[in-house]
Amino acid sequence: MTDLTRLTLAAARAGLKAREFTSSELTGAYLSAIEGGNAKLNAYVAVTAEQASAQAKASDAKLAAGQGGPLEGIPLGIKDLFATKGVHTQAASHILDSFKPEYESSVTSNLWRDGAVMLGKLNMDEFAMGSSNETSYYGPVINPWRANNSNAQLVPGGSSGGSAAAVSSWLCAAATATDTGGSIRQPAALTGTVGIKPTYGRCSRWGVVAFASSLDQAGPIARTVEDAAIMMTSMSGFDPKDSTSVDLAVPDFAAAVERGVKGLVIGIPREYRMDGMPAEIEALWQQGIAWLKAEGATVRDISLPHTKYALPAYYIVAPAEASSNLARYDGVKYGLRDTGKDITDLYELTRADGFGREVKRRIMIGTYVLSAGYYDAYYVQAQKVRTLIKRDFEIVFNDGVDAILTPATPSAAFGIGDEDMKADPVKMYLNDVFTVTVNMAGLPGIAVPAGKDGAGLPLGLQLIGKPFDEETLFAAGRVIERSAGIDFSPDKWW
Amino acid sequence: MSVDAATVKRIGRLARIRIEEGEVETYRNELNTILGFVEQLGEVDVSGVEPMTSVMPMTLRRREDKVTDGGYPEKIVANAPLTEDNFFMVPKVVE
Repeated sequence: MTDLTRLTLAAARAGLKAREFTSSELTGAYLSAIEGGNAKLNAYVAVTAEQASAQAKASDAKLAAGQGGPLEGIPLGIKDLFATKGVHTQAASHILDSFKPEYESSVTSNLWRDGAVMLGKLNMDEFAMGSSNETSYYGPVINPWRANNSNAQLVPGGSSGGSAAAVSSWLCAAATATDTGGSIRQPAALTGTVGIKPTYGRCSRWGVVAFASSLDQAGPIARTVEDAAIMMTSMSGFDPKDSTSVDLAVPDFAAAVERGVKGLVIGIPREYRMDGMPAEIEALWQQGIAWLKAEGATVRDISLPHTKYALPAYYIVAPAEASSNLARYDGVKYGLRDTGKDITDLYELTRADGFGREVKRRIMIGTYVLSAGYYDAYYVQAQKVRTLIKRDFEIVFNDGVDAILTPATPSAAFGIGDEDMKADPVKMYLNDVFTVTVNMAGLPGIAVPAGKDGAGLPLGLQLIGKPFDEETLFAAGRVIERSAGIDFSPDKWW
Repeated sequence: MSVDAATVKRIGRLARIRIEEGEVETYRNELNTILGFVEQLGEVDVSGVEPMTSVMPMTLRRREDKVTDGGYPEKIVANAPLTEDNFFMVPKVVE
């Protein structure tokens, strides 16, 4: 029998429907793969084998009766940021020690409604703050990819590093992830997987541990564009429990995948050509332009003049919102609690002990920019700049551009414990330079693997779309995937 | 604008995060690096620009002001480190 874990989600779904194998067999294959590989990759922080087997059995009964939802019997990994009832949910933080929610997030509820099976909870940067998955309390995730002729360990990107690594190394058919500044698209690009951040409001934030509420969006990481589209159709939908959820019909995203790009206008923003950008990234970008042109798209140079201010504005807005959201972790209601001589002492010691360095750094920055006397200079100024960033995109889209093509990241995967990035937090932040504008403007963005660098590591391209026009991103993303025609399977060493 | 040691301690108190004496200098350096990076926002002309309040054009949904959920205190306190009779327990606050 072929290795079931190597099937795409779409192929696994077809195989289950045709009764070529059962969900119990498929789920069992994934659980064995996790057992064999997770100690080396560190992608899962909790494996829910019993629950997975029970769900698979229930799915098999439905499939045998010719019933079942769009994801019936498909084994998924769930980022540790999603609340899953009675199951490990700690945002990969020490401060949420032993937290097991009494409720289920709306996005995961949608997945179980559609028949999916949960394999476990995936590692991530603590509270989704990071671009390398090194800030996790559970230690870094290791990228399944290695450079040619090297066994040096590389980061999978972050914050959804566990999701990207698990999908890439065949430890789940697809995974949920979240994106506040690039946390779906950057790890997808660094692992040769497909990741899409939907339009803000498309997926419910209810039951997703909050980082920066005006930027956070859930989305899938998968092995193909079609798989990502299937996942997103199930994850999306209006939810009255999230006040920013948008009441809009969810299209069948998979139906848009083979639509092509004929007649579309693709914008190429000149501001994304950064100083010191590696020649390989520039070449990949030009290749992407050529592929889209060859399939009938018109390519147009555009300008998004406020691009360079997106990252600094993000590092005011996101920490400000985080400092407010993370105030709830106080040692009283849930999670870790240190002993203090009075209530303030208890708060201060618990939070000093429970949060990691990057999280504390961001809470401190957020508290500072919101404090009396600095609010206008920092926070209000950043929110005004955000208005201008969004306006840049509106002008371009109103001018007839259907989607925008950019590189996904400034480099391929880098080493664990990179000394430069350790010494200067801003260096790590620059990983998100191409992705963060999309969160600031609330737009959808997809990262699709498109090539490899000189060392054989995957590189991705990003497509940015109009609000709620994810369908065009799937169509154009598929053209890039098909034109590249590269098998993005890492050589198995784990 | 740059922060000094006293400001680092003040921010730590506001954020309810204990900053040990030996950590102050590291925090001061890191915060100043980040604040130095965001300083460039000052060069943007924002005259007449409204600060963003909602990234998607939407009005906040409202509902009738009535109780629609609740009545399960044992679930609310289920994850608390210390409870008694479905109350959260904290060190004495009022003498």
